Amino acid sequence: MSAPVIDSPAQGGVPPEPERPTSGGDSQPQRALGARALWAALPLALRKLDPRRMWRRPVLFIVELGALLLTALAIAEPFLAPSETATPIPGGFTWAIAAWLWATVLFGNLAEAVAEGRGKAQADSLRKTRSETPARVLATSGAGAWDRSADPAGRRATLEERASSALTIGDVVLVEAGDVIPGDGDVVHGVASVDESAITGESAPVVREAGGDRSAVTGGTRVLSDRILVRITSTPGQTFVDRMISLVEGAARRKTPNEVALDVLLATLTLVFLVVTLTLNPIASSVSAPVHLAVLVALLVCLIPTTISALLSAIGIAGMDRLVRRNVLALSGRAVEAAGDVSTLLLDKTGTITYGNRRAVGVNPLPGVDADEAWSAAVEASLADTTPEGRSVLSLALSDGPRTASALAHAALGGTPAAVALGEGAGTEADAHPAAPEGASGAAGDAAPSGLGRLTGSPVAFSATTRMSGVDRRDGSALRKGAGSAVLAWLDAAGNAPEAGVRSALEAEVARISAQGGTPLVVAEQGADGGGRALAVIHLKDVVKTGLPQKFAQLRAMGIRTVMITGDNEVTARAIAAEAGVDDVLAEATPEDKLALIKQEQAGGRMVAMTGDGTNDAPALAQADVGVAMNTGTSAAKEAGNMVDLDSDPAKLIDIVAIGKQLLITRGALTTFSIANDLAKYFAIVPAMFMGVFPQLAALNVMGLSSPASAVLSAVIFNAVVILALIPLALRGVRYRAVAASQLLGRNLLVFGLGGVIAPFVGIKLIDLVVSLLPGF
Amino acid sequence: MSVVWATAALGLVILLLAAVHVPLGDYMARVYSSPRHLRVERWLYRATGVNPDAEQSWRRYLGGLLAFSALGLLAVYALQRLQAWLPGSLGLPAVEPSLAFNTAASFLGNTNWQSYSPEATVGLTVQMAGLAVQNFLSAAVGLAVAIAFVRGLSRRGEAGLGNVWVDLVRGTLRLLLPIAVLGALLLLLAGVIQNLNEPTTISTLTGAAHALPGGPVASQEAIKMLGTNGGGFFNANSAHPFENPNAFSNLVQILLVLIIPFSLPRTFGTMVGSRRQGVAILAVMSSIFLVSYALLTWAELSGAGAAPQAAGGAMEGKEQRFGIIGSTLFATTTTGTSTGAVNSMHDSYTALGGALPLLNMMLGEVAPGGVGSGLYGMLILAIVAVFVAGLLVGRTPEYLGKRIGRGEITLASLYLLVTPTIVLLGTALSFGVPALRESIEGTSILNPGHHGLTEVLYAFTSAANNNGSAFAGLTANTPWLNWALGLAILLGRFLPIVLVLALAGRLAAQRPVPVTAGTLPTHTPLFQGMLAGVTLLFTALTYFPVLALGPLAEGTL
Repeated sequence: MSAPVIDSPAQGGVPPEPERPTSGGDSQPQRALGARALWAALPLALRKLDPRRMWRRPVLFIVELGALLLTALAIAEPFLAPSETATPIPGGFTWAIAAWLWATVLFGNLAEAVAEGRGKAQADSLRKTRSETPARVLATSGAGAWDRSADPAGRRATLEERASSALTIGDVVLVEAGDVIPGDGDVVHGVASVDESAITGESAPVVREAGGDRSAVTGGTRVLSDRILVRITSTPGQTFVDRMISLVEGAARRKTPNEVALDVLLATLTLVFLVVTLTLNPIASSVSAPVHLAVLVALLVCLIPTTISALLSAIGIAGMDRLVRRNVLALSGRAVEAAGDVSTLLLDKTGTITYGNRRAVGVNPLPGVDADEAWSAAVEASLADTTPEGRSVLSLALSDGPRTASALAHAALGGTPAAVALGEGAGTEADAHPAAPEGASGAAGDAAPSGLGRLTGSPVAFSATTRMSGVDRRDGSALRKGAGSAVLAWLDAAGNAPEAGVRSALEAEVARISAQGGTPLVVAEQGADGGGRALAVIHLKDVVKTGLPQKFAQLRAMGIRTVMITGDNEVTARAIAAEAGVDDVLAEATPEDKLALIKQEQAGGRMVAMTGDGTNDAPALAQADVGVAMNTGTSAAKEAGNMVDLDSDPAKLIDIVAIGKQLLITRGALTTFSIANDLAKYFAIVPAMFMGVFPQLAALNVMGLSSPASAVLSAVIFNAVVILALIPLALRGVRYRAVAASQLLGRNLLVFGLGGVIAPFVGIKLIDLVVSLLPGF
Repeated sequence: MSVVWATAALGLVILLLAAVHVPLGDYMARVYSSPRHLRVERWLYRATGVNPDAEQSWRRYLGGLLAFSALGLLAVYALQRLQAWLPGSLGLPAVEPSLAFNTAASFLGNTNWQSYSPEATVGLTVQMAGLAVQNFLSAAVGLAVAIAFVRGLSRRGEAGLGNVWVDLVRGTLRLLLPIAVLGALLLLLAGVIQNLNEPTTISTLTGAAHALPGGPVASQEAIKMLGTNGGGFFNANSAHPFENPNAFSNLVQILLVLIIPFSLPRTFGTMVGSRRQGVAILAVMSSIFLVSYALLTWAELSGAGAAPQAAGGAMEGKEQRFGIIGSTLFATTTTGTSTGAVNSMHDSYTALGGALPLLNMMLGEVAPGGVGSGLYGMLILAIVAVFVAGLLVGRTPEYLGKRIGRGEITLASLYLLVTPTIVLLGTALSFGVPALRESIEGTSILNPGHHGLTEVLYAFTSAANNNGSAFAGLTANTPWLNWALGLAILLGRFLPIVLVLALAGRLAAQRPVPVTAGTLPTHTPLFQGMLAGVTLLFTALTYFPVLALGPLAEGTL
């Protein structure tokens, strides 16, 4: 089967994750489980043997009770009269079974302890950021009380020193360069660059400012420059970092609905097997001597689903951990599970499906204009245009244009073609904040205007009234670039209306580009002598990120419908949707539209996932079954969502779905394996129990195990060892393939169902070969 | 040669069922979905003060069902206890309390376990007014529960499951009664007796006097089979020449048993709006049935054991007029459904052969199972299979668009827990408590050892699964077995019904999740295989140790 595999962190072959400074250097989880990790988890595993903690895991608790019972029996046995049993019991048999039962419980605890231990390192380094920070709170009463309207910057207000742990919601604190922000909150005044690497692992600082969608700051992060006022929005102990700590430690882990349902099924199976074993001796008494207590307990332990019960919590913790390692913070385990069930994905067009901005993909000369002239005009008209769209015309000319235009663009870009790439690659954040310290993009944007004067005349900036930009050359001629109607109006006004043939060609081209979802820009020229003509049509379009159609096809195979959300008009939206391969679009979408769409999908029984960052996204985020808030977003958005993506990468939603599915599949796979194992264990233990009295039952001893005692012990050993052997799989998760459900079922049934039936036959036989070497067995 | 006969007999049954199950299945769907009432039905509703158009929640539905059944239990018990004063009692005395309780529970629970010999215990009135009436009503109850459950799966966010009175009345009047009349006529044609005669005394060839019983046998026989009841008019049940005189009547009886259980999957598919879901369930039921039949026939034909070898065939306990194949097909049919009828003595089967009727019942009688109970039993198993399968594909499991969450899986799991617990506990108590063991080994068991264990195990399995089939060789008319088996029948019948209706209520209230490519398809051969696998594995894991001590130890001797 060569199905595509959705990238998920467990599988390697994924783009390298940013090294998280908080992860304590444990950046390769899949290889981390060596003997050392097990050894390190041992003390915790031993502490978990405490019955007060064990009873929460009923299946393992039964094993522990069995171990206790057999230990007591082993001690008492020498003083008891030898009992008449159906199976000959060698000396030390009870001890051996008891020891392996203890091992079974211990291995079960070890699985949980290892999973918890992996989160602990992260939690410890996070905890350091939470250390007591003195906060300077603006006084709200007394002589120096802060009057916000009169003194928005709070420069005259009295400052009270207070420990960060004593802050309450609503306090406004002053944070200056070098300070650690004492708690989660919103910036109410000022702009600052903030180092959030303690939370996100991203070393580049980010800008946080009052108002708008970038006002949220996280406690524990450090202000690098400037001075801001922050209104505290969460009480100490409930901050983002606090939640993150309890999450990675597994302390806040509550059983998810599906886990509880599985628990019920496992408990029922346990009850059935309890009845089977408890009724066995009375029934057996009608035909034979009773079964020895140690054998009976061994039978029970082998039948009850110990494997899955031992690994269940580790699977859950590891699933959460996988998300955290992807820099996604799930605020509830329920959300992770819901992610696996998502049937509708709402994806924002910008940033998720397309790059942030439109880009030029072609310059089409109009009739009677040669290519060189058309391209050169397009470049020249774009020199003053510092928007990413304008830059993209230059970079297109550089790579695809005729020689003259290419050279012109090269010169305009100051001979540094690399700067172009930087300029357009940067997100909107950089463009909106030229002074932002986080990239060279601002500098690249500035490069063009500086080169401008050297080349031509004075730039004409875009204005909403003219809807054009361009250049007025020194010789009095002018170049304009803009919407078709605006440029035509400009030509018409000067009496230079293009002749019918050119006009119709122009209009046809404009219509064609619009129909494809692109934006046509017409370039025209008017000479100093008053003559003028239209030269070319620039084709701007949203560029769909590479690899998306395949990704959406995978999602479709998984049964997930993708809906693109955009503010664009219907035509543009449809064209981009078709190119990206999404199933549906919501064009000209307002936040209310989004919310309505989610409700409508949910009314049809679908589970919806979405991303969002703005305050106006909050209702939709709260309504969605999986709402992933971007870490760059407002605190309202973060509060509303049930996951936070620290990398603020909306495309990660797809990975989150895969991780959710992987979590459920791992649970199902190990359950199937665990139950399928029982068949072989029966074939080991049942003949062993009665062979002494009914030699004919040796026919059931299909594995040819050497002696009844060895058969029972081998089954118990296999039962214990298989837990240990499966811990890595539980932590890593079963490989998830994005294929149709029936295909997935077939494959997993084969591996874990059939494999679960066969593996123990082999395993028990091998163990028996060793055990039979023991004296008496 | 015998293989050819085995195949031919089976082929004929398959052919007839294949022809009938579609129209009958759709007819049943119409019966239970139609908004119209027949005049006689309206008259009945008016007389009993029932509003037939009122939707009932699962609690009210269950309440009606339980109240109705409690009345039935009381009526049958009273009829037996008062027999001495009833007309048509053929001079028989009142039935003693433990036996009367056992019989009442047994006929109420669609089990028809008979601890008594009918000729010597119950007269015509009890047979006709008590037992035959319950043969109809207990079947109607099973059908009603199954239909309510299917409604739970097909309804979209509604509180109601239908109306229990309407379902009971329609099941009886529109379904069971017409087919039973037809069946009775066919059986009459085949030579089954139908009269109200007192026993006729004849003198045999050797000169001894012999009392030949009479009775309304054909009419009782039809519903005994059709309702998967199985309680014989005579002690020998369908092995008696007056009940089942020849190969033709044998075939009619087999068809009557299988006709409704094998048509219900079609009804289910039609009602949930996806016929292929019904086909999938039918396929699983048929496969298990066929494999079981093939194994049993093979075991009997190969005739392991000293006696069959000496006799040249495993004919002990079988009727010459049916032969091995007529017997094994009948045995698979009755134990695969919840019909207690026998036309051969399962006790005398080869050791491994005798294990198969036992296994059929241990499977929970889902292949194809009793009227109604077979369908809901299989659907419960489907829900458990879907739960595991759903996890394997990374989704919260759903069946027919209904999510299987905590509440759903709790009810389904408890359902699976009920019968094994009753069976194993009952058997364990019989041998584990010294006083009971004395009664069992002193009175009940004919053959101590493995075979005796199998007999007791068979009795509790038959009772808890509401089959009624007896292994024979067990004297069950003792206070312990009468009370214990009677209780096993009631618990084995009504605890699952409570759970099934509760689950139906939960499912009906859910809005279905739309089907996508990520939805696990539940009609594919893959899922069918998994469902069959879950059914077999669960049974195997539960009963392997006791089977090893009983038939397996005996068979490998």
